[in-house]
Amino acid sequence: MESMNDGIGVDIAFLLLATLAVVTGWRVFRTDSMVRASFFLLVSFIAVGVIMILLAAEYLGVAMFFMMAVEMTVMALFMVMFMMNPAGLNPMNMVHQERIAIGAGIAGFLILGAMALLAVFPDQPVPADLEPVRSLGNEMLGDSMLIFESAGLVLLTTMIGVVVLSSHRGRYGAAAEGSMPPGLEPGGDPAGKPEEDEAGEGEHHHHHHHH
Amino acid sequence: MTLATLLLLAAALIGIGIYGALSQQSFVMLMMGLELILNGVMLAAVAFWAFSGAGAPEGQLLTIIVMAVMAIEMAMGFALVVAVFRGKQADMTESLTGLKH
Repeated sequence: MESMNDGIGVDIAFLLLATLAVVTGWRVFRTDSMVRASFFLLVSFIAVGVIMILLAAEYLGVAMFFMMAVEMTVMALFMVMFMMNPAGLNPMNMVHQERIAIGAGIAGFLILGAMALLAVFPDQPVPADLEPVRSLGNEMLGDSMLIFESAGLVLLTTMIGVVVLSSHRGRYGAAAEGSMPPGLEPGGDPAGKPEEDEAGEGEHHHHHHHH
Repeated sequence: MTLATLLLLAAALIGIGIYGALSQQSFVMLMMGLELILNGVMLAAVAFWAFSGAGAPEGQLLTIIVMAVMAIEMAMGFALVVAVFRGKQADMTESLTGLKH
């Protein structure tokens, strides 16, 4: 680790990457376009990934690139699908309780930053002869295999849960049941409602009570 | 590049993430705040591994676990966004006043 830290080049690279990570992280919440916001977040993640590689954690850094590239692309797709104004053609500022949020963010930074500066952490750098990737691999498929496999199992469970949550049809009927499609014109009648729903809303409730 | 500077960077990312998670109205932007927090957490874990952990492999494993948590958060978050959008045509936190569909 010491040999890695010798060069001033590493320090300059770290400074630039740290600035990039913070600035793009901040821009995520200051850009008008949600698609651009997800790509700013991607740049922030990639900067952190490069810093991990500078710290000799090559596997984690590269894994970060791959994972975040895919995640942020998915995120950008979701932005286009669901959000108004994905292209940022008009100003966007959708925030609530902003003062509290700014205060909480600054407080979090100050508390964690004070810990970083004031706390005394043991000075035990990575041994020079350690191979980080090999040691990680041995750990994942050795002593910590149960943890690693549990993570895989939880991911599988997540996949099933995600399909259940987002599929059109659930155990209690179609997803459209009980939901209100938006009107064809602002404030107009809901579009594409099933035939039986066209009876008045009050009567509908009445009907339910009887059964 | 010292442990203190790395932790300061992590603290800055976490701070921005807290701001984003608390202030954003759109679900997806809110999730971006959570991701930024986890970004800082992963950086701090790797920094501790590199400077304080004497290369203990569990430090790297912790980062892998946080990555898995991040993937789960993304997937479940998007699934919930889809479910809520199907049910209420809502993509803003203010549109939800209860947990009931």
